[in-house]
Amino acid sequence: MEMPVPNQMVIARKARVVEQLLRVLPQSAVIHEPSETRVYECDALTAYRCPPMVAVLPSTTEEVAAVLRICHAEGVPVVPRGAGTSLAGGALPTADCVILGVARMNDVIETDYDNRFIKVQTGRTNLSVTGAVEADGFFYAPDPSSQLACAIAGNIAMNSGGAHCLKYGVTTNNLLGVTMVMMDGEIVEIGGAHLDANGLDLLGLICGSEGQSGVVTEATLRILHKPEGARPVLMGFDDAVVAGACVTDIIKAGVLPVAIEFMDRPCIEATEAFAHAGYPMCEALLIVEVEGSDAEIDHQLELIMEIARRHNPVELRQSKSAEESAAIWLGRKSAFGAMGQINDYMCLDGTIPVSSLPHVLRRIGELSEEYGLKVGNVFHAGDGNMHPLILFDANKPGDLELCEAMGADILRLCVEVGGCLTGEHGVGIEKRDLMHVQYAPDDLEAQMAVKDVFDPQWLLNPAKVFPLDVSVARRELALAAE
Amino acid sequence: MQTPSSESELAELIAGAEAPLSIFGGGTRGMEVAGERVSISAMSGITLYEPGAMTVVAQAGTPVAQIEEALAAQNQRLAFEPMDHRVMLGTTGMPTIGGVMAANVSGPRRISVGAARDFLLGVRFVDGTGRVVKNGGRVMKNVTGYDLVKLMAGAHGTLGVLSEVSLKVLPRPETEATLLLHGLSDEAAVKALARALGSPFEVTAAAHDPQEGITMLRVEGFAQSVGYRVQELKALLGGEITVEEDATARWAAWRDCEGFAGEDEDIWRVSCKPSDGPALVARAGVRGARYDWAGGLIWICAAAGHDLRAALGAYDGHATLVRGTGQVRFEPEAPGVARISDGLRARFDPRGLLNAGLMA
Repeated sequence: MEMPVPNQMVIARKARVVEQLLRVLPQSAVIHEPSETRVYECDALTAYRCPPMVAVLPSTTEEVAAVLRICHAEGVPVVPRGAGTSLAGGALPTADCVILGVARMNDVIETDYDNRFIKVQTGRTNLSVTGAVEADGFFYAPDPSSQLACAIAGNIAMNSGGAHCLKYGVTTNNLLGVTMVMMDGEIVEIGGAHLDANGLDLLGLICGSEGQSGVVTEATLRILHKPEGARPVLMGFDDAVVAGACVTDIIKAGVLPVAIEFMDRPCIEATEAFAHAGYPMCEALLIVEVEGSDAEIDHQLELIMEIARRHNPVELRQSKSAEESAAIWLGRKSAFGAMGQINDYMCLDGTIPVSSLPHVLRRIGELSEEYGLKVGNVFHAGDGNMHPLILFDANKPGDLELCEAMGADILRLCVEVGGCLTGEHGVGIEKRDLMHVQYAPDDLEAQMAVKDVFDPQWLLNPAKVFPLDVSVARRELALAAE
Repeated sequence: MQTPSSESELAELIAGAEAPLSIFGGGTRGMEVAGERVSISAMSGITLYEPGAMTVVAQAGTPVAQIEEALAAQNQRLAFEPMDHRVMLGTTGMPTIGGVMAANVSGPRRISVGAARDFLLGVRFVDGTGRVVKNGGRVMKNVTGYDLVKLMAGAHGTLGVLSEVSLKVLPRPETEATLLLHGLSDEAAVKALARALGSPFEVTAAAHDPQEGITMLRVEGFAQSVGYRVQELKALLGGEITVEEDATARWAAWRDCEGFAGEDEDIWRVSCKPSDGPALVARAGVRGARYDWAGGLIWICAAAGHDLRAALGAYDGHATLVRGTGQVRFEPEAPGVARISDGLRARFDPRGLLNAGLMA
């Protein structure tokens, strides 16, 4: 993966930059010794690493503003970082950058049940947002699988989803307001505790802009009352195509489950060996979860099973209790870990129209043969968000490159059938150079025009999202202006 | 009036324009500005509808009614319940899906399923230079690049003119029921609505009509479930409650603000923190108010020219003038935010041709 050549002029100014940062932050919040900056050398896309020049850990919005003012004046690129769980390299540093980590900013500022929102500092982890309100019966809906570790800041940057977004939507559908610091240090407030923000939908624009428009330090999030209960049904099929058809039929029938999860045979086998969840050995498995009171759940599950029976399932297992639900979810929740036990893997994130599922699964199988790399499929079937896991051996020379080439082919396939490169992980560096596949030059130009407005010097997370050859003119112009 | 019949005609028209354009769909929402009139209503038709994927793609000028009819045939619907402004504004014409999305028009169900913008999956538009841009797509989860889809929703055509939209649709529920609470004060009503929304019983609309003295809560879903939730809500809220089995017409009239039709006063739309609603209405010093979104959306009927924003003072929210003249339509933005908005306008519409002055 190519990254821009670090700006030696910036690196030469390191001492001066550190000195200024120490004037606005406590000593413990400025990390600049090479032995210590290494901690920030990568996010969850661990194949790529580069220690930053400096890392800072501010505690308040004002401190963030002070840091950004310094970096702006000194022309230092800034890479914002939540909890560093990005699978797309969204928080990958460059050698000439300051990593701005919000991990110390994790306070709850306000909870309001009458108006159903919570206001938090964005370093707070996703799960601990729910943790702050669940004793009172509420929850924050978006639930990325990294929710124990990932921060709201990163959720907003990547517009994170989760297993339950079929019903509750993704981050952008649950974000009411932000406090954001612009690259020049100006603090802006957008939205609030009301449902529709004034003027242009800047909130929607910022959400998913991958830390390129500003640093969001506080967020007002919508919270909901928890459902009375939730239970899944597990179904197994002899044929992945039939499982796909079953998903479509469930949706057409007017039942709207909170989650429809799909796993194929390689994933089921790996998961069984790892977690012993008692899954049936078959070509495809669906977990469909619904919510409500006990009677409501039984009624909906019965409707869903009736549809499933028309597709001759090899297994139909309705959860009757919390224990049985946990057993059904156990395998799905350990799928990634199980695949990781077999080998290194690369997790893709393309989304496709649900109707293309059979075709895409078949093509992925063919690509797997062509490249000689095993693939397991586990994904959110209700919304077509696929997660093919390509297995490779990081220690075998050339295997990572082979895996990346295959991943690119799969993502091209997703776009070809009317889908997109990434459904919830973001572009980062990982899919950056594939943006051409989905967008024409004018489409990319329009998006880059937005960055020009928020960050005219292209200092915020500059080498992400846009293909390097497309953004080069803007990034170099910013350098020349220095 | 110009009526381009295709995206390329629209692009040509904008590229060649030398003076401001007033762009609209069916012209039902009273948003016209000075300039040559351009209607996108001739760019019409559903191009793709996949019920199993819950997605529909249509040209921006497609009448909302045509889309709703196609969806109804598959037992689906536009869940965000777009308001029809014709009754309130006394306009004629045919509301278009492009107009709905450009103005981000959502109805009572916004509190449970989201706003129009939450259902917009992809757009094609022509910017102020005549350039055709696409963003998003027709899948439900998409974080590929910046979300210009959201930016276009609610931009009222000032950054670009929508030519095609892809939408998420939802199944129509088996049945619905509406609880009517009688004789509550505004404060008590908003508290009751908050209690209902703070319960697990999935209320899909929550409104209070002070004129009628009625507070309304809607639940939708399978018959068995609706019956259960109605009982639970009655027990939770107590007091005098009647239940209407089919309140479709009541909600449609409410959604369209029929109660405010034919008046000479200004009509304002105030977005606020629900619990602030009654105090804001008291401060507003006006004749009529209607609370939707559990109190988070207040429709206010005020004397023509009454400076409502001055009366309301500072609060978490904003006010939009929907009917009336002589005052700024949208609440002025804070300087930092205005700078961003102005920057975006300068980039997307550098010649200031598209609905100039409508939003700022």
